[in-house]
Amino acid sequence: MSTTPPRNQIQFGVFFQGVNSTTIWTEPESGSQTAFESFRRIAQTAERGLFSAFFLGEGLRLREHLGQVHDLDVVGRPDAQTQLAALAAITEEIGLVATQNTTYNDPVDLAHRLQSLDLLSGGRAAWNVVTTDNAWTGANFRRGGYLDHADRYTHAERVVETVRAVWDSWDDDVVATDRDAVDWADRSGVHVVERDLGHYAVRAEGRLPRSAQGHPVLFQAGDSDEGRDFAARAADVIFSAHPEFEDAKAFAADIRRRTIAAGRPEDDVKIFPGQQFVLADTDAEAEEKARWVAEHQITPATAIAYLENIWGTSLQSYDPDGPLPDIDPVVEVTGSTRGSGFQFQKSQELATQWRALSEAEGLSIRQLVTRVGVRRGGIVGGYSSVADRLAEYADAGAVHGFNVSPWLVPSGLDDIVDRLVPLLQDRGVYPTEYRGDTLREHLGLRGPLTRRAAA
Amino acid sequence: MTTAPFAIAIELDGDGAHPAAWRAVDHAPADLLSGKRIAATVRAAERAGFTAVTFEDAAVPPGSGPTGRLDAVQRAAFAAPLTSAIGIVPVVPAVHTEPFHVSTQLATADLASGGRVGWIAATDPDPRSAAVYGRPAVDATEAVATASDAIEVVRQLWDSWEDDAVIRDTTTWRYVDRDRLHRVTVESQRFSVAGPSIIPRPPQGQLPVFAPLAGGLPAGTDVALVTSSAQATRRVATEAGAAQVWLELEVALDRAGVPAARRVAALDAHEPWAPGTVGRYVGDAAGLVDLLTDLVGQVDGVRLHPAVLDDDLDEIGRAALPVLRDAGLFRSPRPGEHLRTHLGLPVAVNRHTAARTAALEEVTA
Repeated sequence: MSTTPPRNQIQFGVFFQGVNSTTIWTEPESGSQTAFESFRRIAQTAERGLFSAFFLGEGLRLREHLGQVHDLDVVGRPDAQTQLAALAAITEEIGLVATQNTTYNDPVDLAHRLQSLDLLSGGRAAWNVVTTDNAWTGANFRRGGYLDHADRYTHAERVVETVRAVWDSWDDDVVATDRDAVDWADRSGVHVVERDLGHYAVRAEGRLPRSAQGHPVLFQAGDSDEGRDFAARAADVIFSAHPEFEDAKAFAADIRRRTIAAGRPEDDVKIFPGQQFVLADTDAEAEEKARWVAEHQITPATAIAYLENIWGTSLQSYDPDGPLPDIDPVVEVTGSTRGSGFQFQKSQELATQWRALSEAEGLSIRQLVTRVGVRRGGIVGGYSSVADRLAEYADAGAVHGFNVSPWLVPSGLDDIVDRLVPLLQDRGVYPTEYRGDTLREHLGLRGPLTRRAAA
Repeated sequence: MTTAPFAIAIELDGDGAHPAAWRAVDHAPADLLSGKRIAATVRAAERAGFTAVTFEDAAVPPGSGPTGRLDAVQRAAFAAPLTSAIGIVPVVPAVHTEPFHVSTQLATADLASGGRVGWIAATDPDPRSAAVYGRPAVDATEAVATASDAIEVVRQLWDSWEDDAVIRDTTTWRYVDRDRLHRVTVESQRFSVAGPSIIPRPPQGQLPVFAPLAGGLPAGTDVALVTSSAQATRRVATEAGAAQVWLELEVALDRAGVPAARRVAALDAHEPWAPGTVGRYVGDAAGLVDLLTDLVGQVDGVRLHPAVLDDDLDEIGRAALPVLRDAGLFRSPRPGEHLRTHLGLPVAVNRHTAARTAALEEVTA
């Protein structure tokens, strides 16, 4: 008897963004961005939909615009790891991913907290490794802006290596298995970690054994060449910025190549691009809804601030519903909104491009920003047609899953879980149960990199 | 003295204060380091009606008993959504940690708990802790001075968002009123923190800050943890600025017909429970009730360190707390009550809101 081989599957994660310009905060159904109940609702909805992971970001300084705190977007969010520890208590299966940077977190403390989260959650923790050399963020920390831009990945690799050494500092089977043992832990199996990280050196005794999944899973989100190579050497999952189908396929091929070059099996790194979904019963309704979403994400004030970020000066005298400013940018590179991901592009070049687009299509400032804004609509369509499109991603191996950014909190996952997931399951391209008990098992990952030689 | 109810907190670290306590509990040794275990113990403490649970912590492993220990803030956050009334007070070392992280972590736990979290600011001068963070070792005096600066930074960060900073104004499209967000201005050679915080003001405004008196009380402490109820000790604590004084006390009670002394002796056979600076009560529940009754009026509360967590927590909750409650000497926190409120600490008015209100009154006067 012949059986059809199972189709490739995709999975979902959810990114509760907190600080961003894409969450709609103006509507009656826009809930609190910081109340624990909002996080509980999203995490539990995601778990109901068999999502692999719940994902939190980190920003260690409030974003600023033209020298003042940026006041037009959602701002204020909990500490990622602390919040995930609270969510661990009220969820059973979903992975818990904390974005933590390698510059302003102390490596041993970071390792210990992640390992604590991993044990508390029964092997569901992950670390999204990000770098920063940003002296502006460093103003909140005693080491300050100690790291050069060029050294950020060198330092990050040292931090990751140190964190893993802490996680590996207890041999397996060190803890007593019964109450008559000689000691609670056999100290000969506990090793001191000493590392010189260049800018400082640490010496620590590990305080915890490994969890059910060995190590917390490592995510990586940088997109530069260096970032991709770093991911290929060190990460288990990439949170990518390449959701479009052709782009996603090219990105996956690039990562496979780099992963093999790093001496790992080609499927060792999973790819989860960030994605926004706008869904409705029909494609036409979804298109209409997507227009509404974009308009509510880009308020008139946000549209002006968006241009100010490029122009580098106040544009408050311009009408958001009128044409683009007739003056040229006063800065060479963008970056007035500090702490945003939209920095260091050539201002004049962008301004010229956008003017041309606006004139060609008769777009106002707000219409233009809605068009070119960071998040360009994402996947828009009727439930059934979106399910078909996602099945194509699965069949092509373009992604292992999507990290969904809901544009409404806390109801933003409801239609995905209640309407889209069942259709994906019908098509055989989405899990019908959690694969195991740990995040590593949900994602189909091999054991921790540092533990494979031993295995 | 305040008129707040007498506080009875319980320390939940490890399997109990006795170094051999792990031999007297029903779970496998490694299960100490699990969410299941934390859930079971905090729920038991809340059911018993304790004022608060505390979680010991340090950058180095415990010196005796189980050498594995979960991060205390993580344990506190995990406990938060599983409980609704009890205070949750983790130790967070204050000397080598970053005050910015400490403030956001505690504020996050306070949010998750609906305003029930406090902070024990440890001033541990152990040079091994400095090495964990890659910082120079400090002596005891410098450790307390650093902790004082850290507490001030953390408190300013908690106040760096006024309570009404999130405005969601759809006429101007402003989500937040930036005039209600504030920088941190700390005059310290140890820290420079820019602020504002990345998280809104926690529900309590200012979390109650606890610190041990031994070695010197850091400035900004609300509750001093002391090892003697002598009047001289209490005076030192209040002169150092503490609003309340809580006595540390180790406890082993008679249990299921076995006298406490015999329970302790059985464990001592494995590893002796060396007396430290903290006083110890070993006896029946009635004697503990008498002891606590005597302490009411001398100190504002106690923190009990049970010899064996499972046995002694249960016994205190079963045989001691109800008696004290019936005598009107003790009241358990109510669901939804802020820890600060329950302890009778004054409402934490935001310093920036207060300054603006005062300036406004001056103009209109």
